[in-house]
Amino acid sequence: MSSDYEYSDNEYYDEDEDAMLEDDASASEMEIDTYADDFKLKKEKQKSYDTVHEPLTQAQVEKFMASDVEHITGIFGVEHNVAALLLRYFNWNKERLIEKYMDNASSILIKAGLEQPEKQPDTRSTRHVQSGSTRRSTRQSTLDSTKSGISRILERVTPPVEDSGSFVCPICFDDTQTETTALSCNHKFCKSCWSAYITSKVRTEAEHWITCMAEDCSLVAPDDFIRTALVDDKATWERFGELLVRHFVSCNPSLKFCPYPSCTNAVSCPAASSKSVLTTIVPIVGCGTDTHKFCFGCPIDADHRPVICAVAKMWMQKCQDDSETANWIKSNTKECSKCQSTIEKNGGCNHMTCKKCKYEFCWVCMGPWSEHGTAWYSCNRYDEKASVDARDAQSKSRASLERYLHYYNRWANHEQSAKLSIELYAKTEKKMEEMQITSELTWIEVQFMKKAVDEVFKCRMTLKWTYAMAYYLESGNMKELFEDNQRYLENAVEELSELIESPFEPESIAALRQKVTDKTVYVQNRNEIMLDDTAKGFQEGRWRWNITVKGFDDVDDE
Amino acid sequence: MAVSTRRLQKELTEITTAGTPCGITLLKADDFQTWFLTLEVLGESLYQGEVFALMFRFDSQYPISSPAVQFVNDETYQPPIHPHVYSNGHICASILGSEWSPVLSVIAVCITLQSMLASCKDKTRPPDNDRYVAHAPDNPKKTRFVYHDDEV
Repeated sequence: MSSDYEYSDNEYYDEDEDAMLEDDASASEMEIDTYADDFKLKKEKQKSYDTVHEPLTQAQVEKFMASDVEHITGIFGVEHNVAALLLRYFNWNKERLIEKYMDNASSILIKAGLEQPEKQPDTRSTRHVQSGSTRRSTRQSTLDSTKSGISRILERVTPPVEDSGSFVCPICFDDTQTETTALSCNHKFCKSCWSAYITSKVRTEAEHWITCMAEDCSLVAPDDFIRTALVDDKATWERFGELLVRHFVSCNPSLKFCPYPSCTNAVSCPAASSKSVLTTIVPIVGCGTDTHKFCFGCPIDADHRPVICAVAKMWMQKCQDDSETANWIKSNTKECSKCQSTIEKNGGCNHMTCKKCKYEFCWVCMGPWSEHGTAWYSCNRYDEKASVDARDAQSKSRASLERYLHYYNRWANHEQSAKLSIELYAKTEKKMEEMQITSELTWIEVQFMKKAVDEVFKCRMTLKWTYAMAYYLESGNMKELFEDNQRYLENAVEELSELIESPFEPESIAALRQKVTDKTVYVQNRNEIMLDDTAKGFQEGRWRWNITVKGFDDVDDE
Repeated sequence: MAVSTRRLQKELTEITTAGTPCGITLLKADDFQTWFLTLEVLGESLYQGEVFALMFRFDSQYPISSPAVQFVNDETYQPPIHPHVYSNGHICASILGSEWSPVLSVIAVCITLQSMLASCKDKTRPPDNDRYVAHAPDNPKKTRFVYHDDEV
């Protein structure tokens, strides 16, 4: 349990890695009581297959936003509200905002919906009136001339605003409303209409860019205005805050939201912020919640290490398109032994005539029909030379299909096993209880079973994706090394899996525990090697593909 | 009293007292859910002599949310042939969707549509008419229109 112990173990792995692999028993030298902790020791060090990332809560993201707003406030000498809207208008691109704002502040303020193009009494910020005044006079004339028929009719429908004594809100026409409010454009509406409008925008349209209700007015409501309007509706105000955070995160390439339903955490991963690095790293990140692991670089919401995003995506696509079709083709069709067209026989006798090349052959032995004489409905020529040759040709053409199914079936097998893991966990839990009853072991001492299941599950995920990778790897020494590692891991996982599921004798628990513990450590190491070697291979550009992989074109040219 | 009811009552009063603009008449407004108005384009236009009917459907959120507006398509009235009007009567106009503003009214919508017809130079159906009509929802508000151009 002591940190000293963890440290020494850590060294032990590094130095004696080879010995460990050769000899499973060496792990047994470890003191068993501290075993539970040893699974955590890997946290100490940055692994080659891990990507540095930082989970962020919504509050933390809000802090980032606030600091950006603060920064802009300081530079431009504007209010927080103004800085926030400017940043949102520029999709939080500070550099571009600063550049454009310095270039022409007043036009940016108008475009960002902070100021009106027309000359209007501005009650909010005198600074803006001054900075924008020169431009407004020119804009006003153009606007007046293009005013549409609607605006004119509106002037008729809308009650006069100036007469503040008898204000009638032009939206609800309720003259009992006394409280009115307006943005700096001075388009007055009653407070309840504003609240209803903002609530509807936030709730039903998920919109954070809320413009004035008046027709043709593009002024945007600043945060303070919205907070005041939503003062009685805390839930909507919180939703508004969430929308702002969503917008901020979507604008920032080094941030991503956790894709798990109802999880509000985000992850910062600057290492994976550009697409080009995705050929060398697999940025699997966690949002801080234990089970929420996902890929920062692609939409796969699971750990797809060791294979990179582009290959993982190709494989998923292939599986989706081809698997069932390929299985069906394999079990229901044969190929013409001359032109290799795929043929489904759905009736009739065994005398086949290929629609395409008119070749006549026997469906049973695949040999040429000419040798069959009058044996119309039964074939007894299965072993004749011509038939064997024809079947050989056929088997060659089936090879690529077989190859795919080889990888696919192994992939699917691990996926299936992982899906059954919930059951296995339940079974293991029961077993652990039994162990506590039938032997002297305490609850903490039987945890080795759960750890073993954890490890099996983890390794199955790795194995699953190694088959996707192997399918696309070009044959050669590198692929052989990859497949060696894959095989070692696979064997080890299957052995451990068997150990966990085998029935136990109360008198041999100690031995079983030793065995499982040793095997777990071995499996863990094999998994480490698999992930580590593959990750290094990506960094070194060692892997070659048998197909064009996005982002790897340059590598092939060299 | 719901906001939509009060607001529509007010609009109705205004229509009955001040009258409707030229070419627009109130056909039926028996409740505050569905109204019908007729629309005619006056003066020089491709639609001379044609009379169309508009159906307005309001929800309780009106005028915060836009009304569902479409041309009537029955024995008496057919929708106009116009690049922004589908043969089922649905209308592709930004004012009924993203550019709806709560200060707009039934009459304001009619006037906009009237001017949309008046400025039409090419009497054709929208290019994607058949495809859209085959799958269109009953309520045009459920369609996400991509507004093709801003000129009309």
